[in-house]
Amino acid sequence: MLRYILRRLAWSVPTLLIVTFLVYLALRIGTDPVASYKRINPRATRAKVAEYIEVNGLDPNFVKGYFKWLKNFVTGEWPRSIKGRREVWPALKDAMANTLRLGTAATVVGIFFGLIAGVLAALRPGGKRDVFINTSAFVGISVPPFISAIMFQLLFAVYWQKWFGESLFPTSGVYPAGHTGFDLFLMLKFMALPTLVVAIQIIATYSRYMRSSLLDVLNSDYMRTARSKGISERRVLVKHGMRNALIPVVTIAALDVGSIVGGLIITENIFSYPGMGLYFLKSFGEGDFPLLMPWMVVIVASVLFFNLIADISYAWLDPRIRLD
Amino acid sequence: MTEKVLEIRDLHITFDTPSGPLEAVRGVDLDVSSGELLGVVGESGSGKSVTFLATMGLLPSRARVTGSVILAGEQLIGGSAKQMRSVRGRLLSMIFQDPLSALNPVHRIGDQISEMLRSHQNLSARDAEKRAIELLDIVGIPQPGDRARQYPHEFSGGMRQRVVIAIAIANNPKVLIADEPTTALDVTVQAQILEVIERVQERFGTAVVLITHDLGVIARVADRVNVMYAGRNVEQGTIESLFDHPSHPYTRGLLASLPRPGKQRLKPITGFPPNMLNPPSGCAFHTRCEFAADICKEDLPTLVSFGDLETACVRARELPKSESFA
Amino acid sequence: MHGLIREFALIKQDSGILSPRQMAFRRFVSHRAAVVSCAIIAFLTIFVIFAPFTARYGVNQSVQGPPNSFLNPRANAWLGTDDIGRDLYSRLIYGVRVSLLIGLASAIISVTLGALVGAVAGFRGGKFDDIMMRVTDLFLAFPFLVTLLVVRNVLGALPWLRPITGDMSSVRFIIVLFGLFGWMGVARIVRGQVLSLKEREFVEAARAVGASRRYIIARHLLPNSVGPIMVALTFSVVGAIIGESTLAFFGYGPQAGDGATSLGILVGAAKGAVQTGYWWLAVFPCLMLIIIALSINFIGDALRDATDPRLDRGV
Repeated sequence: MLRYILRRLAWSVPTLLIVTFLVYLALRIGTDPVASYKRINPRATRAKVAEYIEVNGLDPNFVKGYFKWLKNFVTGEWPRSIKGRREVWPALKDAMANTLRLGTAATVVGIFFGLIAGVLAALRPGGKRDVFINTSAFVGISVPPFISAIMFQLLFAVYWQKWFGESLFPTSGVYPAGHTGFDLFLMLKFMALPTLVVAIQIIATYSRYMRSSLLDVLNSDYMRTARSKGISERRVLVKHGMRNALIPVVTIAALDVGSIVGGLIITENIFSYPGMGLYFLKSFGEGDFPLLMPWMVVIVASVLFFNLIADISYAWLDPRIRLD
Repeated sequence: MTEKVLEIRDLHITFDTPSGPLEAVRGVDLDVSSGELLGVVGESGSGKSVTFLATMGLLPSRARVTGSVILAGEQLIGGSAKQMRSVRGRLLSMIFQDPLSALNPVHRIGDQISEMLRSHQNLSARDAEKRAIELLDIVGIPQPGDRARQYPHEFSGGMRQRVVIAIAIANNPKVLIADEPTTALDVTVQAQILEVIERVQERFGTAVVLITHDLGVIARVADRVNVMYAGRNVEQGTIESLFDHPSHPYTRGLLASLPRPGKQRLKPITGFPPNMLNPPSGCAFHTRCEFAADICKEDLPTLVSFGDLETACVRARELPKSESFA
Repeated sequence: MHGLIREFALIKQDSGILSPRQMAFRRFVSHRAAVVSCAIIAFLTIFVIFAPFTARYGVNQSVQGPPNSFLNPRANAWLGTDDIGRDLYSRLIYGVRVSLLIGLASAIISVTLGALVGAVAGFRGGKFDDIMMRVTDLFLAFPFLVTLLVVRNVLGALPWLRPITGDMSSVRFIIVLFGLFGWMGVARIVRGQVLSLKEREFVEAARAVGASRRYIIARHLLPNSVGPIMVALTFSVVGAIIGESTLAFFGYGPQAGDGATSLGILVGAAKGAVQTGYWWLAVFPCLMLIIIALSINFIGDALRDATDPRLDRGV
């Protein structure tokens, strides 16, 4: 196992390089960094433009340029944003923190309730409870998150305000404008709606996974063997049923978590929540290369990392899997 | 006369299917004596497995079971779940056809045996582990100490079936029910498994019910045989008597259809297994029987003595004597 | 247990043998939600095909002279009007037409590409399969919207693609974009199916009589993969429709001239409508999207059950 991990880690370096190179290519071709710079700073002198090109590794030769960018990146010499020369790291750090908060809360809530729902459904398949849970889950994954986000906004904010005078949950931002410092209650209040929207999708997805996985397990022969041993039904369900059913679910969860970092874009946009998603949309919309590349690196690294976690956890949980 | 350890009387099992009620077992009487190896023979759909699943209490709640099953003095039909759990694995054990899927793939072999031990005996983890290793040795697993720490997928098919047997005999049950234990295995391995079962029997005095459709297996190990067809018992007797002078036409057909050395045409039983949703009236075999007469369509025949056998053929006395297949 | 019931049920089959296709059809039809969804989608399709007749106004036509903006639902504008007085009901019809077209066309592209690549990869295995799997794995692991937007920009920026894709704001571009995007998911599904079929005896038999690889793929593997392919097709359609809405939501959707619209554009306008209280502009497009997405998903789910029955499931 240790050898496998080391080998994967070793492989991840070239993978990281290749993928970031492709991202670099895509951004250069797709967003035309130089033109964007000139557009945002119409009065920039030729020297300034040349400096921008140099510092960001935007040579005409893509390969040379990439390596220049790479060198600056790993040495911590991160060029500033094209807009107002903001520093990248503080903005990125804040965005990461916000998204992690939202993502973790939604994921924890979502997976917790999703698994419970799935188990409840699988224990009495075909029954009313199962049909209800299944249908709800189905509706949950069919309704795109931005629709439910809008609906919730309408309901809880706009109309609530109309009926009750004040909106129940705020619909944008992390704190009210101008607020400083840390206030848990306020933060939770602002996070409520976006977390709900994301959690719904997660609950729906995981209840289906869990139901399907548990049903598979419940119908397998070793459950019959377990029962024929005369052990208590609860032990049969937990030690034999759940233990086996959780394996595929955990693996999927590990992969999903990896994409949380960039996956809340829509929700963040609708609720004006200043996380990684909003960061991306703003910088992408303006073609802000210096802001975009570090963001991309974070995403790529997180995806690769969680891919590895998923593979390891799968092998650790299921002794039939041999890693090589 | 040896004591009867399992007595089944008038067992009826009906399933509620989308196409209507299906009576899989239509009144079965069956005895198992202490220490004997009873073979239960029949085609798919004859009800042989269902009978014993009901005995174990492993049928889904959708199945309706009536009748009497007495194991070592206790009535099992209608018992509470708690009672059944106490019986299963302790007085009564069952092993199934496919050893790979019968074992939980993510638990170690030793733990799976220990689980069986500790759920019915008050053993510490360490003692259970030791006993588990002993059991592995009894069923013939080499290096049992090491093997106990391995997982099912690291064992071959025959080895796994031995492990399954070890689990089943862990608490020294009075009856071990083996449902097609050799069907999924190679022929050479089959013989080994049968040998393990015999060895276990000798050592512990366990009664064994061997359910199979394979007459060759029966011939090798059984003391007595029960032949089942369409949810009922059609013939029973000692293995020697049955093979020497089978009386029921179905049994005769089964024995005759076995391939024999020499250039003879195979003689299958004509027709198809009955549709249990709507079985033929009277003796269910009459649609395929070469000796069928009008009387066969009338009442359900019951087992009656016929020499040293019991047969459910109403025309048994009138039929020509069968050849011996001994 | 289930095995026993199955045995008994199989014995019942003296009531007539059904071909696999008929059995699949029967299974599909037993899902009432899917049947209703089929009816809904069929109705919708016909409705929007005959748009000039079913719609009440042109797509860019004002309902009446000013004042005409943001009128709530009323007699001459059943679902209200938008910011420049156009009838929402009619625009919805035209919009759904465009979106359905996008969904279907891009799904066909994805599935065709994906099935071919997946079949070849699954069948040949080896390096090609390995590389393809890692690449698609990585691609699919990234946040959907990010990759979508980036790929969209790249596609739009490559001049030599222009003849195929048309302008970045055209419907054709969107179709190509989703077509290229979706093939990877389909390829994985087909590859999985081919992998499991590859070991079956009929493939071995075909090989034994000397069938060429291409023949085996075309005549044995693909026809037996029809089930998963159809399922992949339905989910590609709904994926493209929702994807188009998502893009339009952020302003990256198709912008055909003359006020032509798509469901995505209409849904995109919903965001602004929420704050200002013009609820009809938000509710009706969203409802329509939900209905379409749900229906297609039901159909896809039932198709999956019909073509890959797990008899033990929840019976």
